[in-house]
Amino acid sequence: MNNLIQGKTSDWETVIGLEIHAQVKSNSKLFSSSSTKFGGSPNSQVSLVDAAMPGMLPVINEYCIKQAIKTGLGLEAKINSYSVFDRKNYFYADLPQGYQISQYKNPIVGEGKVTIDFKDGKSKDIRIIRLHLEQDAGKSIHDQNPTKTYVDLNRSGVALMEIVSEPDIRSAEEAGLYINKIRTILKYLDTCDGNMQEGSLRADVNISVRKPGDDYGTRCEIKNLNSIKFIKQSIEYEAKRQINLIEEGGIIEQNTLLFDAQTGKTKPMRSKEEAHDYRYFPDPDLLPLNLEKSFIENIRKEIPELPDERKKKYIKALKLSSYDSSILTSDKDVSNYFDLVLKTHKELKDSAKLVTNWITSELFSKLKKNEITILKSPISADYLGQLVILIITDKISGKIAKDVFEEMFITKKSPNNIVKEKGLAQVTNTNKIKDIVDQVLDLNKEKVRDYKSGKTKLLGFFVGQAMKLSKGKANPKLLNQILINKLNK
Amino acid sequence: MEFTTIKETSEQLKNKKISIKELSEIFIDRINNNLNLNAFIYFNKENIHHQITSHFDKKSLLNGIPLAIKDLFCTKSMPTTAGSKILKDFQPPYESFVTHKLLNEGAIFLGKTNCDEFAMGSSNTTSYFGSVVNPLSLKNKPLVPGGSSGGSAAAVAANLCLGATGTDTGGSIRQPASFCGVVGIKPTYGLCSRWGIVAFASSLDQAGIFTNNVNDSAILMQAIAGHDSHDSTSANIKIPNYFESINADLSGKTVGIPSEYHVPGIPEEINVVWEKAIKVLERGGVKIKNISLPHTKYALPAYYIIAPAEASSNLARYDGVKYGLRSKNNTSLDEMYEMTRSEGFGKEVKRRVLIGTYVLSAGYYDAYYLKAQKVRTLIANDFMNAYKDCDFILTPTTPSAAFPIGDKEDDPIKMYLNDVFTVPASLAGIPGISIPFGKSQQGLPLGIQLLCKHFDEQTLFNAASYLEKNYE
Repeated sequence: MNNLIQGKTSDWETVIGLEIHAQVKSNSKLFSSSSTKFGGSPNSQVSLVDAAMPGMLPVINEYCIKQAIKTGLGLEAKINSYSVFDRKNYFYADLPQGYQISQYKNPIVGEGKVTIDFKDGKSKDIRIIRLHLEQDAGKSIHDQNPTKTYVDLNRSGVALMEIVSEPDIRSAEEAGLYINKIRTILKYLDTCDGNMQEGSLRADVNISVRKPGDDYGTRCEIKNLNSIKFIKQSIEYEAKRQINLIEEGGIIEQNTLLFDAQTGKTKPMRSKEEAHDYRYFPDPDLLPLNLEKSFIENIRKEIPELPDERKKKYIKALKLSSYDSSILTSDKDVSNYFDLVLKTHKELKDSAKLVTNWITSELFSKLKKNEITILKSPISADYLGQLVILIITDKISGKIAKDVFEEMFITKKSPNNIVKEKGLAQVTNTNKIKDIVDQVLDLNKEKVRDYKSGKTKLLGFFVGQAMKLSKGKANPKLLNQILINKLNK
Repeated sequence: MEFTTIKETSEQLKNKKISIKELSEIFIDRINNNLNLNAFIYFNKENIHHQITSHFDKKSLLNGIPLAIKDLFCTKSMPTTAGSKILKDFQPPYESFVTHKLLNEGAIFLGKTNCDEFAMGSSNTTSYFGSVVNPLSLKNKPLVPGGSSGGSAAAVAANLCLGATGTDTGGSIRQPASFCGVVGIKPTYGLCSRWGIVAFASSLDQAGIFTNNVNDSAILMQAIAGHDSHDSTSANIKIPNYFESINADLSGKTVGIPSEYHVPGIPEEINVVWEKAIKVLERGGVKIKNISLPHTKYALPAYYIIAPAEASSNLARYDGVKYGLRSKNNTSLDEMYEMTRSEGFGKEVKRRVLIGTYVLSAGYYDAYYLKAQKVRTLIANDFMNAYKDCDFILTPTTPSAAFPIGDKEDDPIKMYLNDVFTVPASLAGIPGISIPFGKSQQGLPLGIQLLCKHFDEQTLFNAASYLEKNYE
């Protein structure tokens, strides 16, 4: 795969590493029992610990530990039986303690990997360096008063997993695939809701450029990106900025950048000289975490089937293409829906491709247009299966099926009922079709003559006329046969 | 009746010789007559009256017993300042675990005692609310009560309460107990919950008790000890009835005498008291064993790296954003931090925050903080090895008697040396008790310190009780 960017003087390679901040799916915070619910009125979900009142102490939430381990196992990563919580010290108005509790030298999860799939069926492994647990900060609100900043601590202390990749990513596209894959895995594991709009999944992008084969260049970090679109845009912009700067004789300085979605540009947030010295040290309020093997193994038992396994299964058992399998498995709910169709209707096993097409084209576009998730699809997996069965058993044509589908989406009725009520069943009665064909040939005697004199292309015209007369219900195969027979007599 | 001990007073209350109200009035008068000691930061008659009118009798030795609380414990009914301007008007909406336990036993809180700012000090001269005067001061020469729990020690010594809570990070209970001639115990790290105690150095801070005798100390210690699921460092162990279990017969026990505590330049009177205690123990059938705690000399420097490091982080929350002082001189967020902390913190606190920030900085962490942590492990190992050969250890508590207010103020190192005998036990997390055991040439009290294994407080009470009984 060629990911090189053409500059004025040479080709350039982009080197990218991602730090993903994924909010742990948990009812309460990492070190307090306050709610983590999104959208509460400001400062309504703040405990004494979250507000860093004097003498308050953090106590680890065991559920968050389990979620982190589960995620680590899902990323095929090493779970560290010994890990330590450290304090990362800095001042900010929405950081009540004056430090963030994080994990520095001894994270809970070590090396792992994630496989990304390209459209052409190829795939690539992106290595994970580590996953660690940390607290989120509160929120500073600058736009409600011209002279004041307000602070909302609802988010303060919410558990985050920071997933750090090796600099294995080489393009904006790969970055997009990578974050999408992580998101998919987290949702399969049910350890993060993956909602990027609500900030449950955010990323910092580390990016540098180099001539192929050279050492890594100086990197810049783009902070706090909360959509895949912005991640891609910012990478594309930043790579070009760095290439232009170097080609013009400039030097890349190690900067922390912000991406401005309005202008599509990155701008410096702080330079290396202004970089914080976080003065990490082990949090003396918390004991190191010692995990027993049985604790980890019990969590391993809870790991569900993950997208890569399902994908393999689809390719092998259902003979689906790698691409189709990727699309189906990229969303757990879609994959579950697909599985349910096949589970409810065993006879569709050999028609998996057709089922896939109906889900990924008709159903997806309908759901998208109506802004509904597949979980709330008006067409149940059972009914979708019934519809496909009607097609493969020649009860209705593909074209009629689309109308039935429309009707199903609106009325939530079963396809059999719709077909029955509207009399849409295919005409497979040979005599009936013969009658229709006779009528058509009668009405178009001139064209029959033309056909017989060699204009065989007119066959399509006769088919169309007959279909029209049958209101689309004639079985196309039979109709074709009968027409050809009669015309060739 | 003098009303100086919990045990006797409790019996008077139980037998209805005196009411809780009458008893409280005696102590209110005592405090009012000793305001010059400056032992209390918060003292309010109405508050005490309110406690008495809403009091429910408890079946406890502590029912109705008037106590004083170091102003580092957060209290719901009284402000909590930690001796600092930055918290001078702070009223916690919660009760610390330890004080909550005492209230549950029916104790009456007379007020909040003065202390060094954020417990940083050995003389109680760093308090925003002024120095505490040692009640045993010589005429025209006010002496320090020791620190940081100087107000509590002074209040007990002057009989302004029957017992007081303190906190000990590097000697903040044992040293003032020694200076004021009272009993002071710092239990094992983790025996008492730190929940609701304003943090100084989290890995060292421990709540403890001041009383006029060892029995009372055992009674109060039992009341405040116990597991708390809200403190991850709190130990989940069964708390014995220390008082009922006191056994002052020490025959057959072995005491360790660490050679490293013979520090050159220390006044002879300190060693005299130490020798006397050894003799008294020997007379009681205790075997004397010379032991070595080889890393003792590194304890003080290690402590003055670890404690400030933790403090620099613990005190970051006092930033003017959420509670406490906010400087009016602020035109930006950074300026608000700077001005609030400049105005709100005193000199000693600033010094330690700077030291702590420095030793944790990139490039210095390994040389200071990490090395200090290694020293800490070695010191703990020293003690563990020593306890293979002895049941408890006997040392002086302090290298001198109480000194005049104002002394050593210009020399922090000299001030820090006050903690030389108390700091090693703090670093090791082991319990220690100081009991009065003699007088200096000037007639000032001198204490001796007993140390023992983690969670073996009973041995401390036994040995202290023996020494107390056999002191002449």
